[in-house]
Amino acid sequence: MYRYDSYDEAFVRARVAQFRDQVRRRLAGELTEEEFRPHRLMNGLYLQLHAYMLRVAIPYGTLSSRQLRRLAEVADRWDRGYGHFTTRQNIQFNWPRLEDVPDILEALAEVGLHGIQTSGNCIRNITTDAYAGVAADEVADPRPFCELLRQWSSLHPEFSFLPRKFKIAVSASPHDRAAIRAHDIGLRLYRDDAGELAFEVLAGGGLGRTPMIAKTVREHLPARQLLPYVEAILRVYNRFGRRDHKFKSRIKILVHEIGLDAFRAAVEEEYARSLDPEDVELAALELERIEELFAPPPYEELPARDPLHERRLAEEPAFARFARTNLRPHRVPGYAIVDVSLKPVGGIPGDVTSDQMRRLADLADRFSFGELRTTHTQNLALPHVRLRDVHSLWELLEEAGLGTPNIGLVTDIVCCPGLDYCALATARSIPIARALARRFAELDAQERIGPLSIRMSGCINACGQHHIGHIGILGLEKRGEESYQITLGGRPDERTAIGRILGPGFSASEVVDAVEAVLRFYLEGRNGPQETFADFVERVGVETFREVVYAPVRAR
Amino acid sequence: MSLFILTANRLRDGRVVFLTAHGWEESLRTAIVAATEAEQRALEALGAQSVAMCEVVDPYLVEVEVENGVPSPLHYRERIRASGPTVRPDLARRDGIPEDCRVSL
Ligand code: SF4
Repeated sequence: MYRYDSYDEAFVRARVAQFRDQVRRRLAGELTEEEFRPHRLMNGLYLQLHAYMLRVAIPYGTLSSRQLRRLAEVADRWDRGYGHFTTRQNIQFNWPRLEDVPDILEALAEVGLHGIQTSGNCIRNITTDAYAGVAADEVADPRPFCELLRQWSSLHPEFSFLPRKFKIAVSASPHDRAAIRAHDIGLRLYRDDAGELAFEVLAGGGLGRTPMIAKTVREHLPARQLLPYVEAILRVYNRFGRRDHKFKSRIKILVHEIGLDAFRAAVEEEYARSLDPEDVELAALELERIEELFAPPPYEELPARDPLHERRLAEEPAFARFARTNLRPHRVPGYAIVDVSLKPVGGIPGDVTSDQMRRLADLADRFSFGELRTTHTQNLALPHVRLRDVHSLWELLEEAGLGTPNIGLVTDIVCCPGLDYCALATARSIPIARALARRFAELDAQERIGPLSIRMSGCINACGQHHIGHIGILGLEKRGEESYQITLGGRPDERTAIGRILGPGFSASEVVDAVEAVLRFYLEGRNGPQETFADFVERVGVETFREVVYAPVRAR
Repeated sequence: MSLFILTANRLRDGRVVFLTAHGWEESLRTAIVAATEAEQRALEALGAQSVAMCEVVDPYLVEVEVENGVPSPLHYRERIRASGPTVRPDLARRDGIPEDCRVSL
């Protein structure tokens, strides 16, 4: 597993020392809040609804058991015994005290974690496929490229004060599990006709107030030229992106306003102007060094099928169900990727207690070479589990309350913190997610409904990515009450689509019924179980849902 | 007539606090209630002073109704802010706000 080198360690520690001094000066009254705020934000420290919130970056979602244990310690010692995994593969603590944050950051730095660039108008944590490096369908491990981008973008002086925040996601599979088209820059790694690695470079995606799907700026970019090309995009954005209006300052607005062709021409011109073969060579060398550090763990040579595993699948229906929903094919024979759902019925999506963190760290040590992944759908994954161990792992997960077999199903709800924690929220989201999970708790019914991503945000900022949920729910305020707007037709996958608003919002007490009505209509009208909800909506159109949803819900 | 209390976040730990006659407290039960424009301005001036003294950040007025001498915010956001996450009753502030004013679902 990749480890930060001494350069990273030194700069993270220097940053902690710097921030310790800034906190001291703030508490002593030497800095005003206006002066201090940018410093705290640069270290991932927000002031939320009830308290400060610390966001810790988990680069490309790869986490060691040692790091997870340290996160558990932080939760116990300085917070309230739990953490919250976000849609950008990071973790948040909801209750740190300002005066403790330097100590927390120091404890995190010891295991190579920090909150740098998890906030502010800079290049944020680079996200990727949670199954990077192990997915059976990927062309190459995208994480060395993510790491190259991380190193390049960390404290990059030219890109530390962009017009707005900037998010990059990388995928290396035909199946997009990183929502790359919903990012400022999306990168799709593939093998070209000559068998060489290349990127499709997309830009101008983003959700929020003005949701847009990223557009292809370059169909084919030799992989080793990634940095100069991304740099050219950032330069064009930094120069022409609007700084006069917060709502218009993301790159998506720039691409939209000047048009894709003009944007592409500007990027290509900048790229040609600043391309330095020596830089490309250097980056290629660094990439080789990084790739070595991402060398796979010492897998055993195993047959592709494991008789014991298969017998258990045949004999134990509960285990078979878990395997159907929470197991993913691994590129190495005899191994599987095991998803750990953080969406138990009645729980808070993405929340995990410190006890569970420690248990998971132990399980990662025992079954997955000490490695875990965070997913952009707020779950975790153990990426290297021998098929023959899956049953034991499942039993232990069950014991820890972490065996929920619902990955990719109706109760695997993506949900931002909403008004229960977030100062920007217009409505609560977690109670709705919980109510939905309770309504659809029955496991057979969940499987009958099939693949479904409900995504919910507590305000238009769309951290819960509601626009690309098959069913999206947006919490708003209407006449002093919480109100929930439903969107249908969104897709989070390689055919990313923005959902369309079904109609007027629902009250908190109506919205679960409304979702049930939507799903009932689907179950009754689909062309058999092979027609997924997303395909059904595409076929019948969003309008068709209107009458079947509003009349019965309003009549209740 | 609109009634207001003054709230802010305490600088050193970020906790939500309300201005009372005894200074900033986590419970709004004894918060000073401003009934007139002049009283509101006076509360804001006290808030600005506390900011200058690095006690709190971001003070602002919250509209309340008062029943049996206890203020309760009118807006659901402020009720949640006063009582804690509604999804974690174990972390909620039981003394902060009368039971019937809590936001529940
Ligand atoms: S979507 Fe809105 S409510 Fe939800 S976390 Fe983001 S800013 Fe907060």
